[in-house]
Amino acid sequence: MTTKKKNPVWAFFASVKLALFLLFILAATSIIGTVIEQNKPFSQYVREYGQSTAELFQKLHFTDMYNSWWFLSLLGLFAINLIVCSLERIPNVIRVIKKDNLRIDPDRIAKMGIRKTVHLSCSLDEAVTSVRKFLEKKGWKTSMRVKKDSVLLFAQKGAWTRFGVYIVHLSILVILFGAVIGSPTFAKKILHKPKFAFKGSIMIPESRATDYIYSLSERGKKIDLGFAVRCNLFTIEYYSNGMPKTYLSKVSVLENGKPVVLKNGSTEWNLEVNKPLTYRGITFYQASYQPYPDFLSILRKKGTEGQETKIISGGQQIKTPFANISFGIINQKVRGEAVQQLKIWFGGDGAQPSVFWIGNGQKAIIKRPSGEYELIVKQLYATGLQVTKDPGVWFVYIGCGMMLLGLYVAFFLSHRKIYALIRADKDAGTTVLFAGSAHKNKLGFEKIFSRLVKEFEDKQQK
Amino acid sequence: MNSSQLFGITTLSYLLSSIFYAALLIFKSKKAGRLGLWAAIFGVVLQTIALGLRWYESYQIGIGHAPLTNMYESLVFFAWCTTLFYIFIELRYKASVIGAFVMPFSVAAMAYASFASRVNQEISPLVPALQSNWLLAHVITCFIGYGAFAVAGGLGIMYLIKARSTSTDPDSMAASLPELRVLDDLTHKTIIFGFMWLSAGIITGAVWANEAWGTYWSWDPKETWSIITWFIYALTLHARFTRGWSGKRIAWLAILGFASVFFTYFGVNFLLAGLHSYGSS
Repeated sequence: MTTKKKNPVWAFFASVKLALFLLFILAATSIIGTVIEQNKPFSQYVREYGQSTAELFQKLHFTDMYNSWWFLSLLGLFAINLIVCSLERIPNVIRVIKKDNLRIDPDRIAKMGIRKTVHLSCSLDEAVTSVRKFLEKKGWKTSMRVKKDSVLLFAQKGAWTRFGVYIVHLSILVILFGAVIGSPTFAKKILHKPKFAFKGSIMIPESRATDYIYSLSERGKKIDLGFAVRCNLFTIEYYSNGMPKTYLSKVSVLENGKPVVLKNGSTEWNLEVNKPLTYRGITFYQASYQPYPDFLSILRKKGTEGQETKIISGGQQIKTPFANISFGIINQKVRGEAVQQLKIWFGGDGAQPSVFWIGNGQKAIIKRPSGEYELIVKQLYATGLQVTKDPGVWFVYIGCGMMLLGLYVAFFLSHRKIYALIRADKDAGTTVLFAGSAHKNKLGFEKIFSRLVKEFEDKQQK
Repeated sequence: MNSSQLFGITTLSYLLSSIFYAALLIFKSKKAGRLGLWAAIFGVVLQTIALGLRWYESYQIGIGHAPLTNMYESLVFFAWCTTLFYIFIELRYKASVIGAFVMPFSVAAMAYASFASRVNQEISPLVPALQSNWLLAHVITCFIGYGAFAVAGGLGIMYLIKARSTSTDPDSMAASLPELRVLDDLTHKTIIFGFMWLSAGIITGAVWANEAWGTYWSWDPKETWSIITWFIYALTLHARFTRGWSGKRIAWLAILGFASVFFTYFGVNFLLAGLHSYGSS
């Protein structure tokens, strides 16, 4: 310890002043990135602030400040400061916890803020036994030492709670560790394994599958998933006031072209906002969508297995494998980009063709001489998925849990001590001096202490 | 009787409560202090009923969600948390004059919610991103924290007024304030309480963001301001625990902290762009 203290670097990082300074600097500099919009094209900064200011911003990394070398260095300094400050102080805490409390001078017990004297009519030995038994029954494990003219009993609870603040410090380090482990930059530049952690996105049109996504950090760069994801269907539901209610993608995961059974026991997952799908450590989030001018058609003939799924355009005549049957979209009603109604032509098997309007995505049942057909035609959408692989997220979560636990321990639990100094009186009888201390929430402990002593007195009088 | 009428009466009782507490501060009328407390209790009970009613009403119109989803509802909830936390402090620490510095925050929040044209009072359905169980946990934890910090800010102001007054006149306004030692201790305890809940609020928000977007932290202005606030209070606690700061310096930090809370809550929604766009309606 003493040699460490002489090291000026160690002393610098062991200083609480540095901690206060860093907290202040982190708070103050963080403001910059909330005022200057982050990660916008350079031309936008020029438009808003002028050429020279925009160039200055870029030089100071203000346009992507939370990933800049100087902000990350501040966080790094903060972490080192946290570690050194904690290491510097933990030995003291251990010393306090391991302290031989029975060595205390009896005069100091008599001067403690929280104390109460009780007189007993029994002998010293009997008094020691009854105090000891009482405290042990109340959950205070006692130790004893015979002093010159007295016997001292000591019991303590919650000595470990003195570590509460260090649980919080450790939790911050665990969170930072998780953040580093899960960072795509770390995976690429330090580990040289870009597939260890990444963030990306992909648009998948209905009925299509993809086995890669596009990286978010490096525009246009593909990341292979190692399996494929297919969007079977995408739907939007609206509230009556026109606000969106649900974005739903029905997706399947394909290994070697075959759909696999997912966590829900099915080969299809209902991917919604707030209901992501995780497969092989990669998580898919419903993020956006894109309507197309094309259509998705699903045709089935009653009494036969399987269905025909196709992407078709308006006005195109679609041949089907069923007895010369073909169909097509001959008209549509559109609101904005969303198709509402479709006019379908369905025939080709000799009889009069069926021509009808049907709602987008609704099932039409068409009875023809050649059999009964079920046809769904819906506007083609692509679902936009956010794709993340973050192996650090569990460290972050564990760190968060530790932080809440640590804060609770540090703020609301305390190290409580009870002393009982027992002396034989000159005449028959003994005097028990109870005293106690708590390193936090003294008021609360005083109540517990008074109640305990009162109970002891009541018991003796019986 | 519908929930907005009840919220109206709540606003009035908070206003009355503030006036009574001000009377206690200025005229030292104990009776006014008691009336202030009763008005606050009446208001908070009524507001609890109104919150339940608004929740029920949302089911009636087929939307069905807790009343914690837009600026109006968050303001109302903020007033509720602040008042409830204040009543707890008053009953526990028997320092009723604090009400004169805290209840105005509740009145301001309620009045702003009801009268500001940019705050939409309608019960609106939840967009997909808000449909999550984390919504309740996130909003409740954050706002308990905000409520506590509002009280701490009020206590900080009281401390500075009391400390500045050199008059020994027992009839002066400062004389009716609690002792400096008591104010200092209460400020500290309130900040500790708020800090726990703010931490929990940031954490629930991070977990939710990860569920919805796959990123627990994206340095969005709201997130950044919440961490700025967290840094300020962490600084305050460390200054006190390790450097022995107390008194005026802690009082100023309590006020600065609340200013940061205020900006996290309002400023970000109205001045900066980001994910928490509920504030714009």
